[in-house]
Amino acid sequence: MAMLADIASWVLLTLGGAFVFIGGLGALRMPNLYTRMHAASLTDTMGAVLIIAGIMLQAGASLATIKLAAILLFLLLTSPTASNALASAALLAGQRPGEATASSERGE
Amino acid sequence: MYYVVTIATLVTMALALIRALLGPSIYDRVLAANMFGTKTVLLLAVIAFLYGRPDFLDLALAYALINFIGVLAVLEFIRRRAYNQAAEPGAGS
Repeated sequence: MAMLADIASWVLLTLGGAFVFIGGLGALRMPNLYTRMHAASLTDTMGAVLIIAGIMLQAGASLATIKLAAILLFLLLTSPTASNALASAALLAGQRPGEATASSERGE
Repeated sequence: MYYVVTIATLVTMALALIRALLGPSIYDRVLAANMFGTKTVLLLAVIAFLYGRPDFLDLALAYALINFIGVLAVLEFIRRRAYNQAAEPGAGS
């Protein structure tokens, strides 16, 4: 039983790490502000859920699990809110989603 | 077991820093800063179990709240500046 929890936790942690890394790659390589935000915010949420669930399996029934649940709740509440505020602020400032802005790979 | 997640998170934080340094607009920088903060929370939670010190979870909890409030404050500041610039087109800067 303990080995089963270990394997499940390992799978969750590795998947979460992969999601986090893909999100970072997308935020660096995507051509547009909104596509960057898409990659970053979606994988942020999914990676956080997977990683914290994996750690919770390791922690078992203790105070640490409650703290991890609180962290997960805060992340799930605040991360989409920050993304929404960022997108609305960028749209109000006149950044249009359709046009591919100057890619930052070669300077500005 | 935790090393994989720790290394993935650290690499992602480096990528976010690169995006924050060369982002064309200021919103890219805010996005990268927000991402960096979220990854810091995850990294603190993983390190708490990597080193077997669950006290670090309190730090992660506090950092999540501070990160959210900081991003919202910066966004409000930028938005107010954009409004002022739109109201006075000749103001420059």
